[in-house]
Amino acid sequence: MSELLLRVQGLKTVLYGAGEPVRAVDGIDLEIRRGETFALVGESGSGKSMTALSIMRLLPETGRIAAGTVELEGTDLLALPEAAMRVVRGRRVAMIFQEPGTSLNPVLTVGYQIREVLQRHTPLKGAAIDARVVELIESVGIPDAGRRATAYPFQLSGGMKQRVMIAMALAAGPDLLIADEPTTALDVTIQAQILELLRDLQKKTGMSMLLITHDLGIVSQMAQRVAVMYAGHLVEVADRERFFSAPQHPYSRKLFAALPDAGKRGGELSVIKGQVPPLTADFRQCRFAERCDFAFERCFREDPGWTRTGPGPDHPQIVRCHLREEKGPAGAMDEAQAIAAAAREAATAKPLLSVRDLKVHFPIRKGVLRRTVGWVKAVDGVSLEIGAGRTHALVGESGSGKTTAGKAILQLIPATAGEVVFDGVELTKLARGELRARRGDFQIIFQDPYSSLNPRMRIADILSEGMTALGVESGAAARSKRVDELLEQVGLPRDSRERYPHEFSGGQRQRIAIARALAVRPRLIVCDEPTSALDVSVQAQILNLLKSLQRDLGLSYLFITHNIAVVEYLAHEVSVMYLGRIVEHGPARQVLESPAHPYTQALLAAVPSVADDVEKRGKRDA
Amino acid sequence: MIAYIVRRALYAIPILIGVNLLTFFLFFKLNTPDDMARLQLGARRITAEAVERWKAEHGYDKPTWYNDRATGLARVTSTIFFEKSVRLFVFDFGNADDGRSIRHEISTRMWPSLAVQLPVFLVGLAVNITFALLMAFFRGTYLDFWGVVLCVAMMSISSLFYIIGGQYVFSKIWNLVPISGYSSGPDAFKFLVLPVAIGAVSGIGSGARWYRTIFLEEIGKDYVRTARAKGLAETVVMFRHVLKNGLIPILTGAVVVIPTLFLGALITESFFGIPGLGSYTIDAIQNQDFLVVRSMVFLGAVLYIVGLLLTDISYTVADPRVRFE
Amino acid sequence: MPVILWTDALVFVLVAALALYSWYARRQPHLRRPWGRVTQSAAGMAALVVLVVYVAIGLLDSLHYRPALDRKGERGETAYSTEVRSVFDALATPLWAHRERTYSAPLATRAFARETLDVPGPGGKTLQVREYPRLAWGGAHLKEESDRGRDIALRAAGGLAVAVLVWAGLGTLVSRRHSWRAVWSGGTGFPWAAVLLTAGALLALAGPMLALCGYYHVLGTDKVGRDVLYLAMKSVRTALVIGTVTTLMLLPFAIALGIMAGYFRGWIDDVIQFVYTVINSIPGVLLIAAFILLAQVFLDQHAGLFPTSVQRADVRLLVLCGVLGITGWTTLARLLRGETLKLRELEFVQAAQAFGVRDTRIMTRHVLPNVMHIVLISLAIDFSGLVLAEAVLSYVGVGVDPSMISFGTMINAARLEMSREPMVWWTLGAAFVFMFALVLAANLFADAVRDAFDPRTRVGGLLPV
Repeated sequence: MSELLLRVQGLKTVLYGAGEPVRAVDGIDLEIRRGETFALVGESGSGKSMTALSIMRLLPETGRIAAGTVELEGTDLLALPEAAMRVVRGRRVAMIFQEPGTSLNPVLTVGYQIREVLQRHTPLKGAAIDARVVELIESVGIPDAGRRATAYPFQLSGGMKQRVMIAMALAAGPDLLIADEPTTALDVTIQAQILELLRDLQKKTGMSMLLITHDLGIVSQMAQRVAVMYAGHLVEVADRERFFSAPQHPYSRKLFAALPDAGKRGGELSVIKGQVPPLTADFRQCRFAERCDFAFERCFREDPGWTRTGPGPDHPQIVRCHLREEKGPAGAMDEAQAIAAAAREAATAKPLLSVRDLKVHFPIRKGVLRRTVGWVKAVDGVSLEIGAGRTHALVGESGSGKTTAGKAILQLIPATAGEVVFDGVELTKLARGELRARRGDFQIIFQDPYSSLNPRMRIADILSEGMTALGVESGAAARSKRVDELLEQVGLPRDSRERYPHEFSGGQRQRIAIARALAVRPRLIVCDEPTSALDVSVQAQILNLLKSLQRDLGLSYLFITHNIAVVEYLAHEVSVMYLGRIVEHGPARQVLESPAHPYTQALLAAVPSVADDVEKRGKRDA
Repeated sequence: MIAYIVRRALYAIPILIGVNLLTFFLFFKLNTPDDMARLQLGARRITAEAVERWKAEHGYDKPTWYNDRATGLARVTSTIFFEKSVRLFVFDFGNADDGRSIRHEISTRMWPSLAVQLPVFLVGLAVNITFALLMAFFRGTYLDFWGVVLCVAMMSISSLFYIIGGQYVFSKIWNLVPISGYSSGPDAFKFLVLPVAIGAVSGIGSGARWYRTIFLEEIGKDYVRTARAKGLAETVVMFRHVLKNGLIPILTGAVVVIPTLFLGALITESFFGIPGLGSYTIDAIQNQDFLVVRSMVFLGAVLYIVGLLLTDISYTVADPRVRFE
Repeated sequence: MPVILWTDALVFVLVAALALYSWYARRQPHLRRPWGRVTQSAAGMAALVVLVVYVAIGLLDSLHYRPALDRKGERGETAYSTEVRSVFDALATPLWAHRERTYSAPLATRAFARETLDVPGPGGKTLQVREYPRLAWGGAHLKEESDRGRDIALRAAGGLAVAVLVWAGLGTLVSRRHSWRAVWSGGTGFPWAAVLLTAGALLALAGPMLALCGYYHVLGTDKVGRDVLYLAMKSVRTALVIGTVTTLMLLPFAIALGIMAGYFRGWIDDVIQFVYTVINSIPGVLLIAAFILLAQVFLDQHAGLFPTSVQRADVRLLVLCGVLGITGWTTLARLLRGETLKLRELEFVQAAQAFGVRDTRIMTRHVLPNVMHIVLISLAIDFSGLVLAEAVLSYVGVGVDPSMISFGTMINAARLEMSREPMVWWTLGAAFVFMFALVLAANLFADAVRDAFDPRTRVGGLLPV
């Protein structure tokens, strides 16, 4: 357990793109021991993937390693000639990637792709290789391995493809597996299976793992050691127990506080203000200082070095923070864990929206004449009600039909059957013109903040488009005034109006999308995974905004999501959707605390949560 | 999959009818038989009787769509539309202005055309793919850079100059091959080698550059990174992974032209005196022989549609994603 | 009397559209940025310098008039020649006025072929000798023919000297804004070094040519004694018109139909796809040939409609552009359809639909601006293809009117002389060089535009030099 496998020292990687060079990795030191799982945690753009690719020497063509050493049992990988490095790749260090869908060659069978590793790195020949391929496929839990070996990647599901990737990575028995967000692209139940598989395999083979993730829940389940990466370098390294019980860096603590869960229902989520600084600059101050609640004069003057805050001669907890250097280690987290008062469960009044037995079926056409031979029942009998000023969460995994249901409710795609009654009016039977007149009452916020704003339009035009189309404000002056109001409402500076979407970050774009929906004074907003493309700190900002808007304007939300934690924080009622149907519904607390349907139970059990660690810490603190 | 191909084949029918109607409109409505008669008779001999006589001789004295003087089925068949246009569907093209059967001309002239075009196609494809792969392999180096510069320069030269220059250097100065001519015997090689070489070379510029972009696009994909992470050598990555994926769009894109190879190359055949369909077409255009031009238009459309069908089939063969659907 | 030919009008419509576009692009950051990248491309800017020279020649050659004749008409009104000239012709008068009888080599003083001449012999008799006759204009100013070499060298040197002065002037202008060292080490955002080098090369060629062209036929003469340099420069306008007016004609169809097919899908898509598959299935040259043959029949029968032969040839040129447009719109329309299919699934389009914004407005406000880069790239790439196509079509006999000067007609007339011994190479050579420079510049510029506007294909483009 204590034998050192990989030592990275002073690693610096620079990306030479169109603009100024980006210091994606800016001086990283880390040590991974045999058999241990080392988690590298950080938000998108923090440089964690570039760190992994630098270790593998698989950087994109614009990337260069500027300095540092990567020693694998004493051999500096960065000094090896390319041919020798190829022996290391796959044999000593293997890697799996975030997107199993694109990471496999689409025109080669999965068996062939696994076989390539065996041919390259093992002395096996002929039939022995075939047998080994089947064995490997079996070992990652794919049934009917012999037949699957001849399958092409497109014939497998996302989870299966990731299993194949794992089989491929483990084929030559590597000492270290680098897993770069291995489950981010997968549904939560599949994620649980893959993580389980990785843990089992690690136990069997005794390999080490460098796990790269942004999800603290996964870290708490998988890792022994944790390093937090921010803006190109590490800010905190600690054992898992120590990290989850007493995180030291203000950034780490903020990450915990920004996680939504039921415990924080009543209050606001803690928010990290501002954004990650651009990595083109030469830092002379603490990189987190601009966003830190505790920053003082010294933080803006010098870049902090490592301070030891936790026990252990071998692997102590270390942190880059002037505050900890001067004040000593902080105690256990408290503020974030304060359980809020019981939720105000207002009595349900007459529903604003009532959906009865909604169905959306898409025809499957086959044969010479494209006759309809069957239907894809994307939504197959959904009923739900939303009261004024309430939030109804529609929870489900990808493919469950939740987004289709949301769009059908808004009449963006035609419903096959069922009723959608909004404020006493049946929407599915309305003529185009009549529907247009009511469009202002219900609006939508989309998942992807990048594709939901037209890149060719200024913010003012985006916000006033709906007003013009629906005649909400008459006259350009009134509209212009309203645009200013909206920007203020969603917390954007007034000068945003003349700018274009590309000048804004993901979170800011989502604010603009919210303002666009608010522009026509809707009463119901369908929020289609509005935060799933955002980092956790930004997610907290958006959730807070949605909550305060609901309080001030009395909005109702249909909140479509796969993220149970968000549901716990935001929703009054929950419906769980599975294969086009609602399998369970009820008040949020009831569904989440005592789920009745087996699918809901599986869904909840699969969510990796930091709660276990928090509990442990609570005991220790007591 | 078979249903898919049958459906694509059925889709060809309305397209052919569309082409047929379009050519009919162009050649018999926009350009009336009277115009044709005047053109053929020459400026001096135009009289009303002469025009009528010419029309009667050539079968243009009938109504366009519907003949109410005839009886039975002949009401429809004894019309200009039926006799001149519908018969194209059975490849009954009629006679050219010089009296020879167009169908017979086509069936004898398509082979010399193919003898030039098929090697041009195959050699060109092989050369372009090789060059493109080479440039993609050495991407970012001077070899790649100057390769692209050369490609851009080569595609900026008119095909006329390739032919003129090639004939001048190889036939006139070096006397290596005859300047033009054709033989169907075993000595055909000496007549074919220059037109084939020139045809292939003139396509390198755009072809190799286009394929290079395809390969570079493939190199940027995730599965290539996976292959490298396995420790495979760069040549293995290139030839086993990238080439295989890159060839799918390249080959399926190239398949569409295979049937049209029969049509020959207008300029090449005219310069080299090859008695193929290309030179036949050029002669017809220059003699304003509308019937021949119309026949070639229809034939070309048929071959193109066959090419589209072949493309669909080749997709199902080349790409497992389509094959298994 | 000014004459506005159809293509002249369209050319100037295009110039106006270009001016409007650049005014608009300056105000739109999403256009200003990529155009900024175009101006940073050394190859692109060097190509632009060459293109500007061509366009200048083409524009001067697009201002037509009929010169007044000395004699008055019957009622005393000014009579006009049936010959149509352009401003370019007026500037280049010595080039077309100095007409020889037949072939002569570049810078020659004598004809290319021997003729039988009457020479005053001894004793007042006239002798008939076969020899190379002196040219009527080429080198006619020379007192002694043996001075030719020295005369050419002196005049060329003079032209070169002027060119160097002009270039130095340009350099001084540039160095007012940037230090000389920065210009050559690439320290300026705009690739001044490439621009100055290209301009220098062009000046070094143009200076001596201009100095000589009044006294010699710099590039020789053709079969009927016309100056080849003049022919090559006149061809420029034809090439530019084919390359630009064609796209102007196909653009409305391609944009409207492509976007409609992709946006509405369903039966509208089916109909539009049917139309373009039908047109696509006919081999391009044959379709063009069919249209042009028919148009020629029409023109021949209605010759009275056109007061001058230039106007008739111009209508044929216009028809050719139209026909090339008909056969060419399908490619762009298919690209736009595909992109629109993707765009209509994007969430900002759905957001607009959720507001009840009308379809026409969604197509013009949300879809069109997001596909304009494809339109722009394909325009730039099509241009060079069209210039090359003109030569081939004119060779086949379905290009421009045989009386119109173009690269195609030049090559067509000259290729028959290939078998001549020694070969008449200069017409072909001139056509080759002028055409190659134009197409190469257009290709390089198109590359720069594509690299700047479509980052996905950026790797595919020519790397900045």
